[in-house]
Amino acid sequence: MTTTNPTMTRETLGSRLKWTIHDYRAIVGQEFAHIFRQPANFAWQLGFPIVMVLLFVYVFGSAMDVTGAGAGVDYVSFAMPGMFAMTMAFGFTNTAWAVAEMKEKGFIDRVRSMPMASSAVVVGRNIADTIHAAVDLSILALIALVIGWRSDGSLLETLAAFGLLLWLRFALIWVGVWLGLLVKNVEQAGNLFAVAFPFAMVSSVFTPPDLMPNWLGTIAVWNPVSATATAIRDLYGNPLPVGDAWPETHAIAAALIGPIVITVIFLPLAVRRFRGLGR
Amino acid sequence: MPTTTVEARNLGKRYKDTSALENFDLSAEAGTVLGLLGPNGAGKTTTVRILTTLLSLDTGSASVAGFDVARDARQVRRRIGLTGQNPAVDDLLSARQNLVLFGRLFRLTKARARERAARLLEQFGLAETADRQVKKFSGGMKRRLDLAAGMILAPQVLFLDEPTTGLDPAGRREVWDAVSGLAADGTTVVLTTHYLDEADRLCDRIAVIDHGRNVVEDTPAGLKRRMGHDRLELVVADHAELAAARGLIEAVASGEPAVDEAAGSVSAPVAEPVDALTATATAAREKRLEVADIGLRRPTLDEAFLELIGQEDRK
Repeated sequence: MTTTNPTMTRETLGSRLKWTIHDYRAIVGQEFAHIFRQPANFAWQLGFPIVMVLLFVYVFGSAMDVTGAGAGVDYVSFAMPGMFAMTMAFGFTNTAWAVAEMKEKGFIDRVRSMPMASSAVVVGRNIADTIHAAVDLSILALIALVIGWRSDGSLLETLAAFGLLLWLRFALIWVGVWLGLLVKNVEQAGNLFAVAFPFAMVSSVFTPPDLMPNWLGTIAVWNPVSATATAIRDLYGNPLPVGDAWPETHAIAAALIGPIVITVIFLPLAVRRFRGLGR
Repeated sequence: MPTTTVEARNLGKRYKDTSALENFDLSAEAGTVLGLLGPNGAGKTTTVRILTTLLSLDTGSASVAGFDVARDARQVRRRIGLTGQNPAVDDLLSARQNLVLFGRLFRLTKARARERAARLLEQFGLAETADRQVKKFSGGMKRRLDLAAGMILAPQVLFLDEPTTGLDPAGRREVWDAVSGLAADGTTVVLTTHYLDEADRLCDRIAVIDHGRNVVEDTPAGLKRRMGHDRLELVVADHAELAAARGLIEAVASGEPAVDEAAGSVSAPVAEPVDALTATATAAREKRLEVADIGLRRPTLDEAFLELIGQEDRK
């Protein structure tokens, strides 16, 4: 048979890089094929944030007094940026679930037994997830506009805010990959939701940390999700009086640094876990 | 001249404090089907994972298609295909999309990947359902697609880890036919199974493994032969005549007869099967014994297997 010769024969740094990018593209392409193959699933995925917006803004929001001006006043401009940040914070469960499924089904093993860059499964996943998150965010922003949220920041500031959101999501992908490789099966990955909830909620996304018990408020203030939420509120021009802890007074810096810290911790963990599959 | 395509010497692998493999040897000649047979947890999957570069080995060495699995993993990967215990195909995509994706990941050009996918769909009898979502496939079809995905680069060696576990009889037959076809085309196949009929049907040689060690390696016929002679079995219509039947069998047996009261049967190994059969049949007629059934049977591979594993355990 004549098909036994893989295209790649000599390995220079350039050709390796070229093929690695090729591998990533193939994996990202697979992700997009999923969306076209399963439009209903995709719609459901988008349906979730819509339901959350309606629940939080209209059900809980009507009882919330975050500005001190009375229940429900201006809650939309407080809640929507929180909603954006929360969606990003939850995102790592999607990554973990997808990675756990690939592992359980033997997809990762198959790819590891192939002469390709095995990092493609993981990096391709990241790129696909980031694009996915960008789409989610656009839809969410559209809903926000419909129910009356406006960014008072300049175009640049508004875009920077969305950038910070994706920056957080990108960092959390490594957490998702690590957890996805850590859990035994897809079922366990589903249970990660129980971790995602406190992670997303014990923050300033829906409730100012001032209103929480002291110890909880402190955790919330230092939660990277809070920094991102506060930073984007600043950039959108929907700010809220905040406390005087460093992440609150330097929200933008904190929102830039937080994801770096997450990446520095979880990227090596994910890589180690991935390599550990061979031991 | 036959060449050795898979060669493993003294493989050892430990997980924490349990030993999965100990001094395990394995070899397969080019173009043959080697079966790795053993109960669950015997070390079959560990062996396959080591040979396919997925798992590092603690001791010993292994080469596949002439390359060392530890030192030249990349070279090995270009020459092998792997089908794991679960079909590693993307349920959401169509069969064709799956094969094109894997073709791309095997670094074929887009055109080449498409061409290869079309060929494989044809070869594995999936051409008609090529564009249907894999989710809707039967178990047998999914496995065949999985096999096809393992065959993208027409590998020299194909590893199959329990290729028919969980399939219905029709699905198993489909996969068997596909594997036989590949072997006939010259692909070396290494498969693990705990089904004896599967090993009997597909394999040129069978290596029996238990507790991570070699038990025995032989052809399917040879394994059965190790069980000793054919057995002569006589079933009487009237259970009261069981003692008389036992006498007849004992006269020609080369070993202790076994009596099954419930079935009304007596059986024993015989050294000269045909002579023993005719002599016993004649004697039974002379004594007016009412015979329900009389015949020779070879020990089944099941019996051979249980016997071999049993011998090992008693050691």
